Amino acid sequence: MSVQVQDPMNQTVPSEASIAADRALGRGQRARPLFDPPIVRRAVTDSFAKLNPRTLAKNPVMFVVEVGAALTTGLMLRTLISGSSGFGFELQIAAWLWFTVLFANFAEAMAEGRGKAQADSLRRSKTDSTAKKLDADGRVDVVPASSLRKGDICLCEPNDIIPGDGDVIEGIASVDESVITGESAPVIRESGGDRSAVTGGTKVLSDYIKVQITSNPGETFLDRMIALVEGAARQKTPNEIALNIMIAGLTLIFLLAVVTLAPFALYSVDQAKAGTAPTVIVLVSLLVCLIPTTIGGLLSAIGIAGMDRVMQHNVLAMSGKAVEAAGDVNTLLLDKTGTITLGNREAVEFLPAPGVHEGELANAAQLSSLADETPEGRSIVVLAKEKYGLRGREIASHEAEFIPFTAQTRMSGIDYEGRQIRKGAGESVRRHIASLGGEFPQSVTDIADAIARTGGTPLVVSEDARVLGVIHLKDIVKGGMRERFNQMRTMGIRTVMITGDNPLTAAAIAAEAGVDDFLAQATPRDKLDLIKREQAGGRLVAMTGDGTNDAPALAQADVGVAMNTGTMAAKEAGNMVDLDSNPTKLIEIVAIGKQLLITRGALTTFSIANDVAKYFAIIPAMFAVTYPALNRLNIMRLHTPESAILAAVIFNALIIIALVPLALRGVKYRPLSAGALLRRNLLVYGLGGVVAPFPGIWLIDRLLGVLHLV
Amino acid sequence: MTANGWLQIALFFALILACTKPLGVFIASVMEGKRTFLSPLLGPLERLTYRVCGVRLDAEGQPEEQTWTRYSAALLAFSGFSAVLLYAMQRMQAWLPFNPQAFSQNNVSPDLAFNTSVSFTTNTNWQSYVPEQTLSYFVQMAGLTVHNFLSAAAGLGIAVALVRGFARQSVKTIGNFWADLTRATLYVLLPASVIAALVLCSQGVIQNLSAYTTVTTLEGVKQVIAQGPVASQEAIKMLGTNGGGFFNANSAHPFENPTPFSNLIEMFLIFLIPAALTYTFGKMVRDTRQGWALFAAMTVLWLGGVVTAYYFEQKGTPMLAKAGIAMQADAAQSGGNMEGKETRFGIANSALFATATTDASCGAVNAMHDSFTPLGGLVPLFNIQLGEVVFGGVGAGLYGMLMFAILAVFISGLMVGRTPEYLGKKIEQKEVKMAMIAMLVLAASVLLFAGASSVAPFVKGGYWNAPGPAAANTNNPGAHGLSEILYAYTSATGNNGSALAGLNANTPWYNVTLGLAMLIGRFLMLLPLLAVAGSLAAKRQVPVSAGTFPTHGPLFVGLLIGVVIIVGALTYFPALSLGPIVEHLML
Repeated sequence: MSVQVQDPMNQTVPSEASIAADRALGRGQRARPLFDPPIVRRAVTDSFAKLNPRTLAKNPVMFVVEVGAALTTGLMLRTLISGSSGFGFELQIAAWLWFTVLFANFAEAMAEGRGKAQADSLRRSKTDSTAKKLDADGRVDVVPASSLRKGDICLCEPNDIIPGDGDVIEGIASVDESVITGESAPVIRESGGDRSAVTGGTKVLSDYIKVQITSNPGETFLDRMIALVEGAARQKTPNEIALNIMIAGLTLIFLLAVVTLAPFALYSVDQAKAGTAPTVIVLVSLLVCLIPTTIGGLLSAIGIAGMDRVMQHNVLAMSGKAVEAAGDVNTLLLDKTGTITLGNREAVEFLPAPGVHEGELANAAQLSSLADETPEGRSIVVLAKEKYGLRGREIASHEAEFIPFTAQTRMSGIDYEGRQIRKGAGESVRRHIASLGGEFPQSVTDIADAIARTGGTPLVVSEDARVLGVIHLKDIVKGGMRERFNQMRTMGIRTVMITGDNPLTAAAIAAEAGVDDFLAQATPRDKLDLIKREQAGGRLVAMTGDGTNDAPALAQADVGVAMNTGTMAAKEAGNMVDLDSNPTKLIEIVAIGKQLLITRGALTTFSIANDVAKYFAIIPAMFAVTYPALNRLNIMRLHTPESAILAAVIFNALIIIALVPLALRGVKYRPLSAGALLRRNLLVYGLGGVVAPFPGIWLIDRLLGVLHLV
Repeated sequence: MTANGWLQIALFFALILACTKPLGVFIASVMEGKRTFLSPLLGPLERLTYRVCGVRLDAEGQPEEQTWTRYSAALLAFSGFSAVLLYAMQRMQAWLPFNPQAFSQNNVSPDLAFNTSVSFTTNTNWQSYVPEQTLSYFVQMAGLTVHNFLSAAAGLGIAVALVRGFARQSVKTIGNFWADLTRATLYVLLPASVIAALVLCSQGVIQNLSAYTTVTTLEGVKQVIAQGPVASQEAIKMLGTNGGGFFNANSAHPFENPTPFSNLIEMFLIFLIPAALTYTFGKMVRDTRQGWALFAAMTVLWLGGVVTAYYFEQKGTPMLAKAGIAMQADAAQSGGNMEGKETRFGIANSALFATATTDASCGAVNAMHDSFTPLGGLVPLFNIQLGEVVFGGVGAGLYGMLMFAILAVFISGLMVGRTPEYLGKKIEQKEVKMAMIAMLVLAASVLLFAGASSVAPFVKGGYWNAPGPAAANTNNPGAHGLSEILYAYTSATGNNGSALAGLNANTPWYNVTLGLAMLIGRFLMLLPLLAVAGSLAAKRQVPVSAGTFPTHGPLFVGLLIGVVIIVGALTYFPALSLGPIVEHLML
């Protein structure tokens, strides 16, 4: 069986579908401005729709602001009708309180808008298709795709859209999956093995397959993807809930502080025999300024934008919880192959056993690899050809019997012209030779060990009971990995390399790549055990995987990233799917998770620190007549009590809108140690938060004066 | 401010610093049930207590561990029972022995008895009454002094239970309340009190059961001089951060606090256990740096308070200066604001005592806080409003500070890019919820009761408040009156017990509301924190890595101080600005 797999790198002309998908997934997003006009327009409309108290009640802080705004509006209208003075001031306060709510709504709508735009594009690509359903007798019955149920079998031929998610049960075909992945190069889907899963909405390009449907309509991968990017299935993450509790608690404390200010003021007015107690509008203004509106207004936008950033890296996070967990990860399990090293090992050398000619070894090695379609196998054929001029031979299957590699024997080879040629790991070949009564020379063990120590993989070749020598397969570590692992270490993340290699080989590659630890000769069971061990020590584990046998480990891991090329079982088990199937991306996902948490923390700190200045603006203003002495606290020298209160309210509203880009983009993340990060962020957002409002409120107060607004 | 004054403050701190580690180690051993040098002597007594009280023991003969709910139930049952007992004792003092002055239930109204019994079971020791004119020696000894021990021991136990929550992992239990109570009393409070009482006696603190003496003074007038078993109560009053004086004048009274040396000892006793507990904490969580970090944060906050109070008291007021009083200290006199201060203590020691007694939830006074300058008096008030976490009450200071540490970690811990954790324990929904509940009820109790009392319109001569409106009970009009009301509820909620003594609080309205404030301040803070202890104990510990929020360095100390001050300031600034702050600005 030979199917030419196209090298994706050679494909230069993207299909139409892939361009649409690119747009849908927001790739090339870096070019798209943060405030994309259509998204902004939609967000503005949505901000008003979100004024609905039932929606807003989910956000206690903004709900309090809305109640305050409504109350203020009522009182303002009463002033208007009764014709008493102060209407202009009350109108402005009411307007800015409404703006405060609208700005917060706008931030959330903006964050959602980007996801909604993507979902719309995805929906467009989900055309109504028909399915060629096979009945029990194998007859084709054309039905609407939406009528398919779990367990149905359909036939998919070239140019057919695969009607639903399923497993290939017969045949092999090249499939265009660009709708999902944005990747234009077709992929191979075949029955059995790890490449049997197909996704509804993708298109068969050549050959045919029979697909057994595994999901009902509305539950397909594409449906879930739409729901995810749209944020429809969004649930608050644990940390978000905890943060919400804290800011709701602070809101209540400030409510108490402001409500009890009324009796204290009455007492003071009574004692000082001067002035009046502050009006309800002034108390509401103070309350809104004090409660953490900045973080309250931006909290959900931060979460949605975090998911969106993951999406921009072409990773589909099944929940915000997974993204949050990514920030907390202590241990990264990275598969050696494809993540740390380039996907394929290459044969670089033939090292014959004593008394064996190098050519003989090369010849046997080539013979044993003829049927071996793995990149390693092909590299052996190529090396033999280049070094010894041995041409690849066509051997018909009746002349020879190919022995495929199995996990049990851990050997492959060929029985040809009465010769039993085998190649495999040293231990396996030793057992094989022993079973034939042969002897495994010490020198070959030495050669194999020497190769292993340098990070190579020794592959021992034998003919019958005789060991011919060793093939040196070399792993090539990807560029820049060492630096990345060093970064991980500063961030406090331990990297563990997972490999099927023997411990010697693994140790050498681990040392070359600079990972902290490795798991050699790993079986899926070992991987699962390692995860459980790490978790028992209180650590959070992230891993990538693609095969069905990775599924238990993916499910066990706190962050399990399944490759899109992998099986449906793997995709179901993990909590993220990497549509590019690039295992290195795990590192970026961790950074995004951290960035999300830092943004939340930074804005919370900033929000609370802001309050200090507001007290200095509002308290002296409130009691300007009762206690003129309090004006010494008016360190900003705000010119009238009205302008002081108004300036604080306006600053409070504007800071929300000013921080929307930061909430959407996230605080810039640098891979530093926790101590260094904290020092930096405390300085910027803590100290900055205390200081920034002073000039801000002062400036607004001056502007209000210049514009004669108060 | 004088070099002598600074030296005395430095001496006080040096004594505390020297004792923190040795006593901290000792308390950790005691509370973990390990053998100490006192075990041969007190071990049999401890086991006898368990047998007599029927404390269930496990297979190894140790008291059986309790979940946080059972621990809390035990605490509540114990406090409830002993409060009722104390109430009955006061109301029945006429029939009880050691009553040379023949005080009866007529001296203790039901609302006053309620207030007093709550006050002593909650470690507050707010006194709405004049002790030497109200209570028999029996009530003072068997009632108040006993509660001084037990309420402090309970506080210490709860703090240790919370620390166990951090130190343990994947278990449901946080210790045994009865064992904690017994061990804290037997090994820590009793021996130290015996020594302290003897030292105080050596300075002239009295200890007798005699009737009051009547003497003729030099001026020729007759004066009744109160007597009593003072030293035994004085020692635990300070050591257990209780603060309830044997006499109305408290530690300003020469029979309670006769010399500068006894004054130093009393201040030392206030901070002794709270400071040591920071080390106990570090030891129990197996990282003493964590304990020293809390110690450092507390030290900075304490020093800030002392310097402020000392500065403003020494500076005096323009009114005093106008009256021709010297504001500068010289060899002959102390200068500054000496109103309400004892000449044998002077300004530095009065400012230091006032700061220490309110940093901790002690509430004993050696000078009248009511007579402090506005900002000098703001220091004790604000100290209590910060939650008395600056060393704090026995146990209460540590668990209060740990609550702030949880909040600080939660607010800013996210900024290192991980969900918040403290000492390897994830700070999640439940911990945040409980910490917020504790903060919220404290703020609500202070602000709502004070707010109500500043406007409550009672009829003159009525039952609830005979002087008329609640605000009429203040001694001074204007902003200072508001300070008095605010201080009373702050002190009650904070379980401090000191007062801006101008307020007449012995009316049913104040007795009942202050009693409620004390109950809220004690139990509605304790229960959430015990819930946190239970939740933390059940969690696994996340190992420390380079990505872990560091909670032992100067950065965290600074952050913690910032959070304590900002949270306190944001909650109380509006109220304070109409009280002490405006009072100062109007000078």
